[in-house]
Amino acid sequence: MEFNTEFIKGCSAIGAGLALIAGIGPGVGQGIAAGHAASAVGRNPGAKGDVTSTMLLGQAVAETTGLYGLLVGMILLFVQPLAK
Amino acid sequence: MVIGLLLSADSEVDFMIHGIFSYNFFGHEVWITTSHVCLLIVLLTLMVFLFIAGRVMKHATEVPQGFQNVVELIAESLDKMVDSTMGKNGKNFRNYIGTIFIFILFSNISGLLGLRAPTADYGTTLPLGIATFTLIFVNKIRYQKVSGFLKGLMDPWPFWMPINIIGDVAVPISLSLRLFANVLSGTVMMALVYGLLSKIAFFWPAALHVYFDLFSGAIQTYVFCMLTMTYLSDAMTTE
Repeated sequence: MEFNTEFIKGCSAIGAGLALIAGIGPGVGQGIAAGHAASAVGRNPGAKGDVTSTMLLGQAVAETTGLYGLLVGMILLFVQPLAK
Repeated sequence: MVIGLLLSADSEVDFMIHGIFSYNFFGHEVWITTSHVCLLIVLLTLMVFLFIAGRVMKHATEVPQGFQNVVELIAESLDKMVDSTMGKNGKNFRNYIGTIFIFILFSNISGLLGLRAPTADYGTTLPLGIATFTLIFVNKIRYQKVSGFLKGLMDPWPFWMPINIIGDVAVPISLSLRLFANVLSGTVMMALVYGLLSKIAFFWPAALHVYFDLFSGAIQTYVFCMLTMTYLSDAMTTE
């Protein structure tokens, strides 16, 4: 079955939108990390620097999966491998 | 050099890498792109800075003053970061970590100065990841010897080896993709703001620049170096 290029481009855009649903996970994860860091600082305000740097490191690692979704979306939108 | 069709068809959104001129390299068409130019500008800036810093430190005084203060502050804080993460092993890796820290930081921040950040090109971040991977591999062989390395590969059971190998190979890919995607997302966001909202883009994009270029760039630099150091000290633990 042959599809024309415009149809494939439209479907690529829908696929890119679906790929960006991956952003939900890191959002929730980073929120949880920030919440726990806030309570840790509340319990031990002296360790604020260490807690903050650990939190940022963990959040940046947790962000990776969302960024993979972003990359898939970007490739679908701009490189358009399926429409070739 | 495929420019996206969907977004840039009817607006001025532009964040792709552009080719400046192409030349023939043993039968292959090779492009000099905007990434190369921006990388060159970043490197020249760093070289000028390092040259001046070297000159200043050659005539260093007992009580630091002026520019010597800045240089000593940078060197000391980088050393402290490496030492606090890697402990007694950190001494040998100050050079490497310091170099990639300054390079990635300047690359990320260069988006603020109107360049297209060189780290928003996978061709820049993958070599950084591969350099880290090579360093990890060499140190693993050096500290754990070949037998320890093979034992580490067959960690719980021998047939677990393929999964361990995939886990090892994933290190440079995830390191480089994380940096690349973060900087790229910032670049895309700024291009969208300036391209689609150009009529009302006065002053307030500065706040976005602070977040995407300064904050995100600094955090990703820190994360790249921290992960490199963590993997390195992991590779150097002997059982």
